[in-house]
Amino acid sequence: MARGMVIIGAGECGGRAALALCDLGYDGPVTLVGDEPHLPYERPPLSKEAMASDAPEIKVIASDEVLAGKSIRHIHSVQAVAIDRAAHTVRLSDGSVLPYDKLLLATGSIPRKLPMPGLGARCVYLRTFADALAIRAHLGAGNRIAVIGGGFIGLELAAAARKLGASVTVIEAQLRILMRGVPVEIAEIIHQAHIAEGVDIVCGEGIASIADDGRQVRVGLAGGREITADLAIIGIGAIPVTGVAAEAGLTIDNGIAVDVELRTSDPDIFAAGDCCSFPLAVYGGRRVRLEAWRNAQEQGALAAKNMLGAGEAHASVPWFWSDQYGLSLQIAGLSDEGKSTVRRDLGDGAFILFHLAGDGRLVAASGIGPGNAVARDIRLAEMLIGKQARPAPEALESQAVKLKSLLAA
Amino acid sequence: MSDWVEACDATDIDEEDVMRFDHGGRTFAIYRSPDDEYFATDGLCTHEKVHLADGLVMDDIIECPKHNGRFNYKTGAARGAPVCVNLKTYPVKVDAGKVLVQIG
Repeated sequence: MARGMVIIGAGECGGRAALALCDLGYDGPVTLVGDEPHLPYERPPLSKEAMASDAPEIKVIASDEVLAGKSIRHIHSVQAVAIDRAAHTVRLSDGSVLPYDKLLLATGSIPRKLPMPGLGARCVYLRTFADALAIRAHLGAGNRIAVIGGGFIGLELAAAARKLGASVTVIEAQLRILMRGVPVEIAEIIHQAHIAEGVDIVCGEGIASIADDGRQVRVGLAGGREITADLAIIGIGAIPVTGVAAEAGLTIDNGIAVDVELRTSDPDIFAAGDCCSFPLAVYGGRRVRLEAWRNAQEQGALAAKNMLGAGEAHASVPWFWSDQYGLSLQIAGLSDEGKSTVRRDLGDGAFILFHLAGDGRLVAASGIGPGNAVARDIRLAEMLIGKQARPAPEALESQAVKLKSLLAA
Repeated sequence: MSDWVEACDATDIDEEDVMRFDHGGRTFAIYRSPDDEYFATDGLCTHEKVHLADGLVMDDIIECPKHNGRFNYKTGAARGAPVCVNLKTYPVKVDAGKVLVQIG
């Protein structure tokens, strides 16, 4: 009798892993444990489309019918509290104990907390659908929103808030928005789009004080300016959820450390998605942790394969996107691997920056434009990056040369 | 049975590529395969209604430009997460250099 497969975390990664186990023909018990009351659902809309709607709805990854059809047991509203590696069991917050043959930790990440006194009920973070609903309730016309942190979550919420008629101030301590992972040329276009939509952006200034009386928040900046808001949304990054893994003695290194097969330091325990750090083959095994939807999805599916003994190595190129107003940004690879850039204009203001390493390898591509103007070429760039190709800079630059033709080379 | 509708010139689409075609308030994607055959599907991805004409064609697969959902554009079959609902396909023929679609 198989003890079965247990997945802790019922987000994109855990949900995909559970489905993949069944699709791969595993016929033992599959248990998916999540701490939210919902079915597994997609998080990207929480800062985008869902926010602009009057009645935001959850976009589920798998319905009750699909889970039942695949005999996946979904336990919701509970957390894993301890792993007994010797006994191969997980204890849950409701007191129950689940035996496992293989365990997958897909615990995700949680918002980094602003380490300051003075925060209260009007200072919020976004992670869950419940968080999104709470934020949505304050985004109406006439409301004043302070967004602390000029990263993707904050900027997407700023765009959603403007769309709904709220006034918005974005406060970023760094000298520009999107400092992490986004080239300055592209960050500048997003910055200008927000300005054109009436967002007030303050960069390069730290926060000196926060006073939240439960009805409004006063944010005091280091330079003396004070911003009063009905809601302060804090988006200053995320930290991996590693508590239970660490207590079980698993190796932690900026997340739960896994190998190329997503195996932790315990051969029967895997980790995938936002919570894990893994060696990225395309950059010679550089250890990274990604907070990205597609990574969660792909690693969930790969972990499922390897829990069944496939022994397959992770070989993807990081990819993510963001939508703000009519603009869409897509980035393949990690641009900090690059030493030089080449620009390719695609028309309608859309362009792609190709990032090349010192030895000529294409290591990343960052694109921005209206709609999905950059999507196809970013996808082709992603494949070139995966092949560790060394395309001629002139070919990357010239619209006359189709990127697809470089793939065959 | 409805009539055939002219979508474009056969030379408007490169080999192994896709083009958008709007007709009667509906939107479609017209494909030219690497083997120089033509195909047509609904224009919008079944996952989040993103137009597939901005996506990448590789062999007989169209990939959604947003979330990389994949379909076989010849059969409409969904080919992997996040898409699980198949794409509707339409008969296509080429006549006198024009691509015609039967949009029933």
